[in-house]
Amino acid sequence: MTAASGSGPLFDGAEWDFELIKKCYDAIEKIGVEEMGLDIYPNQIEVITAEQMLDAYASIGMPNMYRHWSFGKHFAREEALYRKGHRALAYELVINSDPCIVYIMEENTMTMQVLVLAHAAMGHNHFFKNNYMFRQWTDATSILDYLSFAKEYIAECEQKYGAETVEAVLDSAHALMGQGVSRHPVLRRSRAAREEREIKRREYEEATYNELWRTVPRSALAKAPMDPSQKEAAKESETLGLPQENLLYFLEKHAPKLEDWQREILRIVRMLAQYFYPQRQTKVMNEGCATFVHYEIINRLYDRGLLTEGSMLEFMHSHSSVIYQPRFEDRHFAGLNPYALGFAMMQDIKRICENPSAEDREWFPEFAGNGDPLGTLREAWANFRDDSFIMQYLSPKVIRDFRLFQIHDSSDSPFVEVKAIHDEAGYKRVRKVLANQYDSAARDPDIQVVSADLSGGRRLTLSHRARNGVLLEKDMCDRTLQHVAHLWGYRVKLVEQDAETGKTLKEHEALPLP
Amino acid sequence: MHIIDRRLNPKAKSLGNRQRFLRRARAEIRESVRDALKKRKVSEVDGGEKVRIRSKGLREPSFGLGHGTGKRDYVLPGNKDFSVGDVIRKPESGAGGGGPKGSPDGEGEDDFIFSLTREEFLDVFFEDLKLPNLVKAKLKSLSAPERMRAGFTSDGPPSRLNRLRTMRNSLARRIALRRPRLSEIEALEAEIAEEEASGRPSEERLKALRARLARLSRLRKAVSYLDPLDLKYNRYERKPKPKTQAVMFCLMDVSASMTEQLKDLAKRFFMLLHLFLSRHYSEVDVVFIRHTTEAQEVDEETFFRDTETGGTVISTALEEMLRIVGERYPIDDWNIYAAQASDGHNFDDDMDDCLSLLNGEVLPLCQYFAYIEVAPDDSSASMTSVVWSGYQEVARQHAHFAMKRVTSPGEIYPVFRELFASAEGSAREAG
Repeated sequence: MTAASGSGPLFDGAEWDFELIKKCYDAIEKIGVEEMGLDIYPNQIEVITAEQMLDAYASIGMPNMYRHWSFGKHFAREEALYRKGHRALAYELVINSDPCIVYIMEENTMTMQVLVLAHAAMGHNHFFKNNYMFRQWTDATSILDYLSFAKEYIAECEQKYGAETVEAVLDSAHALMGQGVSRHPVLRRSRAAREEREIKRREYEEATYNELWRTVPRSALAKAPMDPSQKEAAKESETLGLPQENLLYFLEKHAPKLEDWQREILRIVRMLAQYFYPQRQTKVMNEGCATFVHYEIINRLYDRGLLTEGSMLEFMHSHSSVIYQPRFEDRHFAGLNPYALGFAMMQDIKRICENPSAEDREWFPEFAGNGDPLGTLREAWANFRDDSFIMQYLSPKVIRDFRLFQIHDSSDSPFVEVKAIHDEAGYKRVRKVLANQYDSAARDPDIQVVSADLSGGRRLTLSHRARNGVLLEKDMCDRTLQHVAHLWGYRVKLVEQDAETGKTLKEHEALPLP
Repeated sequence: MHIIDRRLNPKAKSLGNRQRFLRRARAEIRESVRDALKKRKVSEVDGGEKVRIRSKGLREPSFGLGHGTGKRDYVLPGNKDFSVGDVIRKPESGAGGGGPKGSPDGEGEDDFIFSLTREEFLDVFFEDLKLPNLVKAKLKSLSAPERMRAGFTSDGPPSRLNRLRTMRNSLARRIALRRPRLSEIEALEAEIAEEEASGRPSEERLKALRARLARLSRLRKAVSYLDPLDLKYNRYERKPKPKTQAVMFCLMDVSASMTEQLKDLAKRFFMLLHLFLSRHYSEVDVVFIRHTTEAQEVDEETFFRDTETGGTVISTALEEMLRIVGERYPIDDWNIYAAQASDGHNFDDDMDDCLSLLNGEVLPLCQYFAYIEVAPDDSSASMTSVVWSGYQEVARQHAHFAMKRVTSPGEIYPVFRELFASAEGSAREAG
């Protein structure tokens, strides 16, 4: 094989070695960075075996995870599925860290390695580094260090306090992982800045002071002295920072009975939950971005004669199975495939930029025909998450291609109704509902801590604001509530209220086990 | 960019998680293993095991939105012929795999199956039964030193010379030192002879040939065909090795009074015994002898499944056992164990035969003889059966004869343990 680039294919056949990977990576990086303008963290490529891949899978995709039985369970489950041939392993795994760690499997053929490198080392990597969600929520440089700290810390706790005690805390913390996220970034103002604001506000008040206001009678409500118990409650809410949506945070800070090490464990789990928060909200975009990028890079490689036709066929085969979208009534249907949807939307953005139809010009006047597909995409990748991306960019053509339609399902009717389909009247509606489907605020239950009654019986009250009358799944809710009680140490109540009327729909209670 | 090869990293990184998982799933696994115990053949009991786990107790709960409540809208792909306003009947619950509900994370894990290794299986098996540490203790007492091959050495008695290895070394050395072959020298001599025989021998050529011949001959003498360096001998070591063979006789009364339930009790006992023995011996034969008024050797299936009708004469089974031992299992080579299960019935006039057979012939052959009496429930436990009262005398005389009564599966192991705990002393005496 000749090493000269451009004069022949990079490789021929399925075998790979480290030299070859290096060579291919260089070619891929050249296209990715120089031609497509991707902005990536340095890559660290690690070759692993199938067993190691299963292992990484089981520990929610993180290397160096602390020990917990649930990871063992996932491992056993994945392994059984894998051995029976029900499920193929992912070809790659990538970690949002700096340097970006890309795991590739030793069993992959050379073509697959190229695909994986283009997909993960370029696509995901660029997305991690540039998307605002990741920039805001995750710290790529420190995550690996934090994980090894967490692992050691938890191992130490197991030594000191016994594996089962630690496990119980972790179980409870894991159950609340979904509620361990602060959805709104805390305003990180320095003390000086806050004081400055305070002074400014006072100055403004003095400057706009008007004697006349004193003569206006105050409303009766404001005047009436507060009931002492009410006053107490209000004070408590303030000191505890209630209402609080981050249950793990609240328990870590305020649960009366927890030991310091238990609080630290809650903190570790909370940090992880927060770390994964952007990933959950950018599945379509992240996978779409990576798939788009690998498709682009590999086609460019092929056009330059750097890939053989055999490799290209192999690539097309795996690419098309990755972006396969079964119909809703198919036996294999499991929701919309994020790879398929993301890839289709991004390909469509490219088409609209380069070759728009009249419809596209009407729908996307901002960028239709601007001739800069990559620039447009880079901007989308940087500034959107799944719901906003769909809201902004889902085009009528993609809706037609996927034949999307909207179903309305009401629990009190034995029928579901088709509300909109892929036609002129339905595009906007379908788009809105689909975007909403990916919105974490709509998808995850809205649960908050509302009162803690610290001066009384210390009963913790949570509220679930049920939207459209959708209640929590009872069995799971009760079990999870039991975990809350375990951490809180006293009685816990969860009230499900209608989001609009505030009417109480259902109540759950749990007591800590002795 | 750099590439790191992680393939050689320590394996089984997930072992810690697996152990934690197994501990957590202990209850479920135990149940599954117990089920397996019912299904398995006596001789298969200690293989690895596929375990089916209902993940209910292992579910990791979290707050999630339920399916059956409220109103929701969702988008699906692949519309064929629906248009706006169409209504579709919802699938019956349970049909069609739940239908297209917008479950975010696909909760609802079904049962899943995974494999335990043999060790893990036995762990659970014995944990369930709380096996004492007697396995190891017994292993030592049963070992006998044995000569085993242990590679090669460069000195030793001539009788242990390994010719193949020696010649291989010799050949390698000869090639390495360029010892000329005999054929080469002969060819050279022939050439010289030819040259001399020819009419006008060329002195110069002759001289060169002779010099070469001289050099080769010298070399051939200097490099010997076989050198002490080449010699290799087989090496042996004496290693303590457990007596490797055991035969286990399962004797069971299959007359009509032995119900399926009683047989199941007996089966469990036999299974345990088999497992116990196979942890000591590399090879365990199992012989099944069933009897009513006459005894016959049968295979395992027949042993546990078939029901016979008729009375009970235990001595026939003992005779059959003696016959088989005589035919196939010389006592010098085999450790003989016997376990007898019955419901305690026997023809009254057979008891004398039975006891004399036991005392006189059977017990001297056996390492251990265990008799368990299976009884339907406690009501009959107070009554002493014919066999029970007869055997009591034997038990008093022989330390390696033991008897117990079992009424429920839960008792099997404690009984088993008692039997073998008492056997330890006697085994030491015998060994």
